[in-house]
This record gives sequence, C-alpha cells and structure tokens, in this order.
Amino acid sequence: MSELFDCRDAFVATLEELAEQDPRIVAVVNDSIGSSKLTGFRQRWPERLINVGIAEQTLVGVGAGLANAGLKPFVCAASCFLTGRALEQIKADIVYSQAQVVLCGISSGVAYGELGPTHHSIEDLAWTRVLPGLEIIVPADPVETAAAVRYAYAAEGPVFLRLSRVGVPRLLDQRYRYEPGRAHVLRDGADLTLIACGVMVHRALEAAERLSDLGLEARVLNLPSIAPLDRREIVRAAQQTGAILTLEEHSVRGGMGSAVAEAVVAEAPCRMKLMGFEDFAPTGEANFLLDHVGMSVIGIVDAAQRLVGEPLVAK
Amino acid sequence: MPLPSRLTTEDIPDLCQKMRGTLLTTIVNAKMGHVGGDLSVIDILGTLYFSVLRVDPTDPHAESRDRFVLSKGHCSVALYTTLAYAGFLPIEELASFAAPLSRLNGHPCNRKLPGVETSTGPLGHGLPVATGIAIGGKLSGADWRVFVVVGDGELQEGSNWESMMSAAHQRLDNLTLIVDRNHLQQGDRTSAVTSMEPLAERFAAFGWETHEVDGHDHAALESLLSSPNTSGRPRCLIAATVKGQGVSFIRDRVEWHHKVPSREQLAAALDELEVAS
Repeated sequence: MSELFDCRDAFVATLEELAEQDPRIVAVVNDSIGSSKLTGFRQRWPERLINVGIAEQTLVGVGAGLANAGLKPFVCAASCFLTGRALEQIKADIVYSQAQVVLCGISSGVAYGELGPTHHSIEDLAWTRVLPGLEIIVPADPVETAAAVRYAYAAEGPVFLRLSRVGVPRLLDQRYRYEPGRAHVLRDGADLTLIACGVMVHRALEAAERLSDLGLEARVLNLPSIAPLDRREIVRAAQQTGAILTLEEHSVRGGMGSAVAEAVVAEAPCRMKLMGFEDFAPTGEANFLLDHVGMSVIGIVDAAQRLVGEPLVAK
Repeated sequence: MPLPSRLTTEDIPDLCQKMRGTLLTTIVNAKMGHVGGDLSVIDILGTLYFSVLRVDPTDPHAESRDRFVLSKGHCSVALYTTLAYAGFLPIEELASFAAPLSRLNGHPCNRKLPGVETSTGPLGHGLPVATGIAIGGKLSGADWRVFVVVGDGELQEGSNWESMMSAAHQRLDNLTLIVDRNHLQQGDRTSAVTSMEPLAERFAAFGWETHEVDGHDHAALESLLSSPNTSGRPRCLIAATVKGQGVSFIRDRVEWHHKVPSREQLAAALDELEVAS
C-alpha cells in the first residue's frame, strides 16, 4: 500500500508559501481554523487570519468585501456549511459580482463520514456548478491540490476549491500544472472510459488494472476541472471507447457525472453510468461509505463489466 | 479626491427634491420600481454623494475611494438617479431603466455600472460585504471609509446580526451603517411583522456607536456622516424616514412599496414637488 496523504497539508503549505510572497493574501474562517489546518498560518500572520465566528453568510460576504478592498481572500470552511448555508452569498456577492475570492470547501464529500449527512457535502458540486463564471476544482492528490491553490491564487475570477481530508496516494508528477478546462488521460484504453475526480481517481486507476487482467482496457480520465469542462476530451472518450463510467464522491444528481453526461448527450451519445451517492449516506468512515455505495475497486470493476456487456436499448 | 459636485448642504435639499422628480419619472416610464423606498432613502443618498463620500466618477475604481453599498438593492432607481446626478452615468440614460438589455437592472450590478461596489438585491447581503471591505481597509492601513444603507425591514435577515457582532468585535470604526427606518416593509408595518424596537438599544448592545437622526434632515445627516469616528466601534445611524416622503398620496402607505403611479399621479406628484416634468 502506498503512502496516503491528507490534501489539506498540501493546501496550507502552498497557501503559506504564497502568503510569504504576497501580503495581500488573507485567510477567512468561520471558527474553522483547526479543521482548515490554519493554525500555523495564524501563528505566522495573526492579523491576516480573519475569524468572523460561526457565521457563514458573513464569512462569504466578508470574503467579497476583502476582495473589493484589494486583498486576496481564501475563504475556508467545511464544504457542507460553506456551500449550503451561504449559497446565496456565493451566488450574489461572489459569482454574480465576480469578486476574486477563493472558496475553499474543506472536508468535502463524505470526509466527515461518521458525523452523518448533515456534515456530508455530496451536494456542493450540484449547487455551485450552475453558477456561471465560477471555476470549480476537485484535486485528486497532494500535487494537484498544490497546483490548484497556485492556479486559484492567480485566477481572475472566483474559484471553488473542493478539498478532501480523506487519505489519497500521490498520483501525479511534481511538474504537474493545473489548467482550467483540462482533463488528463492517466491511462489509455479502448474498451471504456472511467472518468473520476478527487478521492475517486486512485480507485479508478486500481479498477482499470483489475479490468485489464480481465481483458477489458479502460481509459482513465482525471477530471479536476468541473467548470470549465473539458468537453473535447470527454467527447473523444465517448467516441473512441463507446462507454463512460463516472465516479465521484458526490450525489449522482447534478455533479461531475451529470456535467459529463450533458457534454456526451449533446455531442457524442454513448453508454453511460453515473456512480456516486443515490441517497443520504448512512454513518461510517469515508472509505467504508464509498465501498458501501458500490464504489469499491471490485464494485467499479463489476459496474464497468456490466456497462460494456449491456446491449444498447433497442429502438 | 474631488467630490462629485461642489454642492453645499444648502443646495442638497433642492437637489434631492429634483432627484425625487427624476426617480418618479423614471419609474413611471419603466412601469416598475420601488417608489416608496426610493423616496425614503433619497435624502440619505443625496447627502452621502454630494457632501460626504470621496468618490470620483472619472475614476470610479480608484483604490483610495470611499465605498458605498446599497444593501436594499430594490431601491436601485434612487441609487441610479444619485449616481447620474453625481456624474457616473448620463442622466438621460435613466430612461433605459429596466429596459431590455439595459445596464440599469432592476437591482444594481457592479459588473455593469461603475460606481456600484457589489451587486445587491437579496436582502441581508450589504452589511457582511461592507464589513469585509472595512476589515480590508484596516489591514491595508487605508484612510477611506465604508458606508452601507439597509432598510429597516431588511434587519429581519439574520446575516445582519452576524455581521453586527463581527464588525463590533473587529472594532471597525471605518464602517458606518445607516438604517433607513421608515417602519414599512413590502406587506405591512414592520411593527406588525417583527417588532425591532428598541432598535437603538439593540445596536448599542451589540457594541455599535449608535445615533438616531432625522433621515430627511440633510444637515443633521451630513454632520454625523462627516464627523470622525474615534470611538473604536462601528457607527450606526438610525435614520428616521418616511416611506414615500415628499408625495402626499404615497407617503407612509404600505401599498406604495412598488406600485407604479399613473401619468396623472406623476403630474400631481411633480406639481407637489415643484419640479417641472
């Protein structure tokens, strides 16, 4: 088993590195200093760590105001509260107003597995994806997390960084640079394509290896940029492999799989299956929950085999 | 930075009467607008733009500008009228209010109209954003100030009270909140919906330097808005206003929240305001 990383470490390390160079960088929190791993940031720059209290609407509004004042705010909160409680502030103050704010949704997905659905954030992509002009990034490993933080810092508009705390192996080369609207082929194959983001990417790669043993060659696409979307790479996968299985730590409604389906249905209809959460998740540790809803490596292999083996519905 | 106009406070009452006529005409032409709240807030806006704010219509994004946020964004016509008289847009452009593809939306959008700091419309958004601007000003060591106007009914939104606590905790003496206290909201008197009294005591209890002022008295407003704040606390002006102020048949009546006057009513209103149509 390879070493596992909590991507929040890469997030804060990169943020501190940037904050050393740019005094305009501030972190804004809703009492979420520890959960955002910002204790070190606060020690180094206490005046640049703004804690508005347990008040998410103010959190996001203050972020917009700081940007107006010429600062570079990183607004950090548990993704479930950041996106759910303050969605209208995200829409009006940040996105519609095009405030240059980086929204950092910490412990997204089912990272807070045992705490239950109130603390799960498997709706955040659906809620944010409909906002035109908001870039959305779901990094898959520490390298991509660091690259995404650097990109978001320099971006001209608002960015939603969806970060996890669930351990993931390093998948990408240190030279990796995040590009908006760019998906990456991590493994080539001609029989079907597994499209994954975030904590599901390493599971997709493992499943592809098993599938290869079984005689099916799966292409694996890492899709960190939910908005903008790499329609060209998705359409190419649909046309060249004829089947797409999407894997996300999110509801099957309205998330990354839905975004892929929108591109596929418009430009290159093919067989598709969306894997993710169909319902509020039960209680349990994050990896248990991913397995539980069918996204264990074996579960993915099984779903892939079924998808490729299924006859197309007759007209 | 120059003021948008060299008006003295003596001129401002006349100017606000003129702006009342312009905003009423704009609403009647567009067949939409929030006439009651526009007439209630216009003296506050006139005082701010013509005797308090350091803003420059030729350089609306200047770093050193004072910031103004109209949280009650539905009173956009009052804001557009003031911005037009202050030189941010041609007065003739007000005729395009709410027209197809106009940049003068029903609610103000910062990406379309220079001089608007943040897009507003949904209530309870302005004070949190203004709080952030004020924190930013403090961090940057800037000497510019932040002003935000909320409606009194709008204070029913909980986000305001979050920010009131936070702004007081952060000791934001560069932030001034003006409550347009006209005692009416869309559907009823505020006291019939959710009583807010004792409002001044509530602000004071939240740690704000609190003043009560006549929101139609330009000199009193100017004096408070211009005076330096050395209290170490954010400042609140509870401005006693009358919804529909200036036009007798609109004044203090719930049904004039966003009702549009007829041509005949407009003529009568302009007559009353002694403004030529």
